[in-house]
Amino acid sequence: MNISLNITKTITELLSGFMSEGAANIGAMVTIALIYLAIFAVAGLYLVLLERKIAAWFQLRLGPNRVGPWGLLQTMADALKLVSKELTGTVKADKFLFNLAPYFVIVSSLMALSVFPFTQEFQAFDINIGIFFLIAISSIGVIGILLGGWASNNKFALIGAMRSGVQTISYELSVGLSLLTMVLLTGTLQLSEIVEVQKNGWLIIQGHIPAVIAFMIYMIAGTAETNRAPFDMVEAESELGAGFHTEYSGMKFAYFFLAEFINMFIIAAIATTVFFGGWLSPFGITESIPWLGVFWFIGKTFMLVFLMMWFRWTFPRLRIDQLLTLEWKYLLPLNLLNIILMAVIVWLNLTIQF
Amino acid sequence: MSYFGDIYKGIKTLLTGMSVTGKYFLTSRKGAITQQYPDNRKTLKMFERFRGEVVMPHDENNEHRCTGCQKCELACPNGSIEIIWDRQIDPESGKKKKMIDQHIYHLGMCTMCGLCIEACPTDAIVWAQNFENSVYDRSYLTKVLNQPNSKLKAGVEE
Repeated sequence: MNISLNITKTITELLSGFMSEGAANIGAMVTIALIYLAIFAVAGLYLVLLERKIAAWFQLRLGPNRVGPWGLLQTMADALKLVSKELTGTVKADKFLFNLAPYFVIVSSLMALSVFPFTQEFQAFDINIGIFFLIAISSIGVIGILLGGWASNNKFALIGAMRSGVQTISYELSVGLSLLTMVLLTGTLQLSEIVEVQKNGWLIIQGHIPAVIAFMIYMIAGTAETNRAPFDMVEAESELGAGFHTEYSGMKFAYFFLAEFINMFIIAAIATTVFFGGWLSPFGITESIPWLGVFWFIGKTFMLVFLMMWFRWTFPRLRIDQLLTLEWKYLLPLNLLNIILMAVIVWLNLTIQF
Repeated sequence: MSYFGDIYKGIKTLLTGMSVTGKYFLTSRKGAITQQYPDNRKTLKMFERFRGEVVMPHDENNEHRCTGCQKCELACPNGSIEIIWDRQIDPESGKKKKMIDQHIYHLGMCTMCGLCIEACPTDAIVWAQNFENSVYDRSYLTKVLNQPNSKLKAGVEE
């Protein structure tokens, strides 16, 4: 297999054969954006199906099994139905913001996907502040949620949106600090470099105790970031109807729904890259075949996605005060202590290297 | 130190919960409780406690256990049960005795509360497990529970 995996470079070279350099650059960007959009829209739909199947198995049910073999086309059919539905709205809604909100949410979550190294050089956009970019992008999504809740002129939606604001701003800290703990170990923010560092052992092994603590904090805070159960006060069905997307219908609702699942994939993908060696195979067993890295990356990511689904179908929903207690009284102080611990370990060279 | 104790306890209880659901996840293939109803219509058997409708079992001699005491009629909160009875001469003892003519049950009005079955002193009426109760005319929902020419089983009244 002699495929060049550096897609950006390949497409740019292909296009520059018959157009000017600037046009070729823009053409490559558009092409890659369209490819990513198509792949991850479908991947998001299949994540929804996976969630429904796993939920069914946890609850001793069968899950969707009527549309297509084993229900594989169920979410496709759902998406088609949502596309064909009428887009309703409230009379006194702020029309402009109401229509803008879903795009904020979906665009911010799709933007974050561009920086992941799926395998060696298979990365749309390799910037040297990768982690920083991810943290920044992942908190833009909450603006969409706040806008949607505010503009729909509905009390439930507004309460849901405000809760989401509180939750995301609080847990943003923990996500950032736990990733910062790992950055102490890698010494770089660039995602491809972070994976490179892990050729001497995955970071969760290199950093042993503080890395495990950081991983646990990251998973808790990451689950809260995506507004999933047990932290789904944003759309607590028993209290708020559907929360911030109560007034949305059709494709605009589907954007919110899809964004939630793509966000879950992103959180799992960051954890894979930072803690579990990204596309690196365990013990370097497939090091000579770089394109197999995609398989390892997706495999590890789906393990973590499964972990988040396991959380969802096990734990009961937290109250809003319990949520804030968990963040400000437990996760944040522990995280700060953990950073110091990690700094000491890096300083004294106590990391485990193979 | 209860701060760290709380953290330890919290993590431990969360893991306990996850192990419980994890076990269910692993055994889910064998123990799925979903009934794929129209497909397994021939083999589907409802569980014992399911309340389909009230029936009066008869044995092979066409004998039931209803003495016509009307306790079920009194117990029914919405009048689904009507008993038409008569005093007739009992052929064995020669005395006049209360006997049911028709035990009428309106399935359309029944809320499946089960009070009649609890009230019955002789266990003459029980729950049936059938559930395909829809009919094309309302009058089919009025049922006579005792079969024609059936009589009381001997020894029930003692």
